[in-house]
Amino acid sequence: MLRFLTDRILQGALVLFALYTITFFLAKAMPGEPFTSEKNISAETKANIRKLYGLDKPIWEQYITYPKNIITKGSFGISTSKGRPVIDIIAQSFPNSLILGLCALAFAIGIGVPIGVLSAVRKNSWIDWACMAVAMVGICIPSFTIGPLLQIYVAAHIPGLKVAGWGNLEDILLPSFTLGLVSAAYLARLTRGGILEVLSQDFVRTAHAKGVSPSKVIIKHTLRGGLLPAVAYLGPAFAALISGSFIVETIFQVPGMGQHFVNAATTRDEFLLLGLSLFFGFLIVVMNLLADLLTGLLDPRVRHTRKTD
Amino acid sequence: MDDASRNGILIMGNSGEPKGLDPHIVSGVLESNIIRSLFEGLVEAHPSKDGVAMPGVAEKWYPVDSKRPDEWIFELRKDARWSDGKPLTADDFLFSFRRLLNPALASDYSFMLYYIKDAEFYHKSQRTYLLFRKDANFTEDWWATLKNVDFGPEEKAEENSFNFIGLDKLSLSNLKNLLEDPSLFKWPKNISPSVRRSLIMKNLNFEKKERGELKKDELKDLWELIDFGATAPDKHTLKIKLNSPIPFLPEITKHYTWYPVPKHVVLKHGNIGERFTKWTKPENIVGNGAFVLKSWRFNDHIEVSRNNQYWDRDNVGINGIRFLPIGNLYTEDRMYFDGQMHVTYSIASELIEYSRKKYPQHVRSELYLGTYFIRTNVNNKPFTDPRVRLAFSYALNQKSLIENVLKGGQKPASGLVPPFGNYPASDTVTFNPKLARKLLADAGYPGGKGLPDIEFLTTDKESSKVTAEALQAMWKKHLGATIKIKQMEWTSYITAMFEKDYDLAAGGWIGDYMDPLTFLDMWMKGVGNNRTGWHNEEFENILGMAAQTGEATKRYELLAQAEALFLKERPILPVYWYTRNYLLHPDVKGWNPLLLDNHPYKYLRLQPDLENRKD
Amino acid sequence: MKMTDPSKKTPQGSSLWKDARARMAKNRFAMGGLWVIVVMFSLCFIFAWFCTDPNQVNLTNKFAPSSAEHWFGTDALGRDLFARILYGGQVSILVGLIATAVSVAIGIVYGAISGYAGGKTDAIMMRIVDTLLAIPFLVLVIVLQATLSDWSGDVTQWIVGNFKWDKEFTGRLTNVVPLFFALGLLGWLTLSRIVRAQVMSIKEREFVEAAVALGYSKSRILFRHIIPNVLGPTVVYSTLTVPGFIMYEAILSFLGLGVESPNSSWGVLIKEGANFLETEVQLLLLPGLFFSLTLFSLNFLGDGLRDALDVKAAKD
Repeated sequence: MLRFLTDRILQGALVLFALYTITFFLAKAMPGEPFTSEKNISAETKANIRKLYGLDKPIWEQYITYPKNIITKGSFGISTSKGRPVIDIIAQSFPNSLILGLCALAFAIGIGVPIGVLSAVRKNSWIDWACMAVAMVGICIPSFTIGPLLQIYVAAHIPGLKVAGWGNLEDILLPSFTLGLVSAAYLARLTRGGILEVLSQDFVRTAHAKGVSPSKVIIKHTLRGGLLPAVAYLGPAFAALISGSFIVETIFQVPGMGQHFVNAATTRDEFLLLGLSLFFGFLIVVMNLLADLLTGLLDPRVRHTRKTD
Repeated sequence: MDDASRNGILIMGNSGEPKGLDPHIVSGVLESNIIRSLFEGLVEAHPSKDGVAMPGVAEKWYPVDSKRPDEWIFELRKDARWSDGKPLTADDFLFSFRRLLNPALASDYSFMLYYIKDAEFYHKSQRTYLLFRKDANFTEDWWATLKNVDFGPEEKAEENSFNFIGLDKLSLSNLKNLLEDPSLFKWPKNISPSVRRSLIMKNLNFEKKERGELKKDELKDLWELIDFGATAPDKHTLKIKLNSPIPFLPEITKHYTWYPVPKHVVLKHGNIGERFTKWTKPENIVGNGAFVLKSWRFNDHIEVSRNNQYWDRDNVGINGIRFLPIGNLYTEDRMYFDGQMHVTYSIASELIEYSRKKYPQHVRSELYLGTYFIRTNVNNKPFTDPRVRLAFSYALNQKSLIENVLKGGQKPASGLVPPFGNYPASDTVTFNPKLARKLLADAGYPGGKGLPDIEFLTTDKESSKVTAEALQAMWKKHLGATIKIKQMEWTSYITAMFEKDYDLAAGGWIGDYMDPLTFLDMWMKGVGNNRTGWHNEEFENILGMAAQTGEATKRYELLAQAEALFLKERPILPVYWYTRNYLLHPDVKGWNPLLLDNHPYKYLRLQPDLENRKD
Repeated sequence: MKMTDPSKKTPQGSSLWKDARARMAKNRFAMGGLWVIVVMFSLCFIFAWFCTDPNQVNLTNKFAPSSAEHWFGTDALGRDLFARILYGGQVSILVGLIATAVSVAIGIVYGAISGYAGGKTDAIMMRIVDTLLAIPFLVLVIVLQATLSDWSGDVTQWIVGNFKWDKEFTGRLTNVVPLFFALGLLGWLTLSRIVRAQVMSIKEREFVEAAVALGYSKSRILFRHIIPNVLGPTVVYSTLTVPGFIMYEAILSFLGLGVESPNSSWGVLIKEGANFLETEVQLLLLPGLFFSLTLFSLNFLGDGLRDALDVKAAKD
């Protein structure tokens, strides 16, 4: 187990390093530069600003300085588009993204899994079709349609719900629901597939033959195995939720990380982009590890193969 | 929102997170909205009349010679204070000017102070010029040759060569090397070797004397070399000498770049040229405006509340303002309909009619001092020919565009400078498809045949796209010209415009102050905001004459002449004059239409009409 | 004892594919989805040629209600909505198909090699995939779009110069193609994972062992034995990526990074329509309907295919 962990940590570090290198050069390759503004600024001003940010140094030096600053000063640089330290921006926006992501995940699981189970158990009936149709709303209707529709037809009519904003508990509902719908679709599908696979196995038929009631069969025997693919999906799902939340954040005015990603790209804000990418990459590595550990817990076969590695 | 109305807190949509609150570093409209609540300038805007100045920090102001207003006196009020209680004096203003012009600070907007004598030389660190201009040994012939030479950095030069850095900015060690080998610098042709040597020596001696033989290439602050036009004869008087007579100087001082910053606070957190100090953090920031910063919740809201040190505090009608940084237009409008704010930043054009029908008293449609126009690249065919430019302009059905596409009540631009005050607005830009076709045919492209590929550059905003498509259709219909629309996201769009990588480009200009000059002086040769490649000597001569004319009417006539000449050449195609469309709740009183949209907050009052609430 | 009745036909042996087809036919929803897609395809690619010009701006006839001339009415610039939807569908569907094709082509080869090789090679290849997955996809899209569209101008010229195609048509094409490739280049990552998993489970099977014993070269085994057997599930998975890409394109359009004017796609139409939610709902609902219907159908079809081919999931 320890060996497994250290292996993965090492691999994770490698991944982060590769990620940094690629993102760094990609950011440099983007056409345009961060200090363009509508009212023209003189060449000197531009030169002075570039110097302030250390952008006048040769590229290899910039490449080394950035990680050096992270390790020695804990600094991810200063955002050129916002004029504040990147780490401040991450620190302020991440908690909001986290809450949004977790609630969205809760919605996704709460909607997707039961639908998946129901669909699997009643396969090929109209219930199956109806459930899958509902679940697939998230991937067939874009979030920038569902969001405004909810705003106009739900929020505007329910006095407690605000159209947009992020201050009170109830503000979390609509955006996380919208965000969760996408994952709900995948979870429903994966759960359905997983349960179907388990249902067709011999030990289930044995349980039926023994006379165990159908619902007990489902809950006691199949759920554990059936949820496997869903659990495996949780890792990347969570990470995707956090970054892909841009649309929801814009429509519902949620001060999260997703919009910073997009804005950093459009304003050529290298430091913010790098900081966010590294932070995000770190999250993914951790989440993947957790998901793998969870899979190991649920599926003894995996655990066993690991031990013998 | 009702609570807010009752408590006298104005809730305003402000389109986005400010990049900062330092008046010397930011440059956007949304930042200026907040800065105007925290700081106050020499004079302030009038709540309803454009072009009228109300007392701010200054109680009285007047030119020394009213016939030739190139020197102004501002008498500051003696009870002016910063929000931490310290007195505000003329010294703070001098410090602020120096800071904004400090090259190390690298502010976008330093040029707003160039009107002040010697300000530009300092900001551009024109060391060579400054070292020589008082030199008795400098002969007339040298001066004649050197007068137009710019020894500043050359963007197009090879990176890190001496020309790229600029003679004015070469360090001591660089100058020494240059002395050994003057060919390291590419000199302009007509400068003789002896003059070259003299130039190098003078710069070198200055550097040697001031800094000795140490450190790397750092900008030398040339403050001691200049004769700065702003002085403080005493603590409460500010005297400003300008480069030329400007009758409308008070109007310029309304701009936030002329606001004072607290010297004692700024210097406590860093030196004068330092950019990222903590002085603007909520716990440190000190201003002299009607409000102080109460809280800044990143991406959520910024709240300011009453400043009890403000000299006019008894006349401030509201208790605070909450700014909401909402980027998405539609979200903002929907939030307004849901009763979450008092005033929006704008209205999405698709929702204007809907708002007019459902909430007629809330919709405001006001003229804004700005023009939307299309730049032509006069170096690319077919726009090298003014007849083609005119043809494209006459084929533009402005009214149809406004009524059918934009629907924001904009006014068709009949010239470049929007109408205001006594300035005689031009009327030469009209819709005349017949004339357009004739001109195009005269230029050699009858019916649009033979026209080269034309690319129309525009941003990726929804509204830009729709406008571009409508224009594309118009030019096709009336001229037979096919143009291709190229949408780029913001940064790429600006870059392409800078590099003149376009044939036609959507653009616009919003005036910085109430004078036609702000729309005209950008078209001179070499001015960064020009970007069309057009320049005209006669145009610049007329502007030069106007600059020297103190008398208002005569000056306006000259400016109108310049504009007429500009429109005859038509390097840009004026389309419409901006209107600002936004939603304003009837609870808000004292909010009047202003061309620069710089509403002074202290005159506002919130009177919630709670009995008659129906929405 | 049962005697075989000679009048009855000899029962035919059944193959995997035949069974699958039969199962599919029973799945009403998948078949329904198939029909919808066929209809959509014919509308967008065949019927569209007979429609009015979708880019015809007519500022005097905006937001017109449905009429004989404009079946769905007109949009904000007076353009025929029905035609715009059909032409937009071309782009959206093509995006889905081509991007999927690109990602399948790359993903299959990459995943198969990784899965078959195993060990260190596999570990390295998969870590590369992990890293690429972690990159902010938006940055990649911006850079790819910018670079590729820089070239598209030159490509257009070359095509027009050498093949004399219509300039406007070629321009539209080269405008839109870089987007397809950009998406495809990003999409192969997850597919390679799936293929790899499949390959890993197949390579232990007997027929592969037999091939190895027979002394076939590694690449021969890979291409003639392994890949054809993973093709099934892979194809199924890719049917599900088609709608994924169509949705991706819509998201890019929302961000302003999708196809450029005057080309439009369903994503662009929906985004434009969403701005008119309060006033002209049909501008959103109609393209949205086409969009969602297509996606639902593709998803049902894909699920149906997978159910049909997956022996274990069948109820007997």
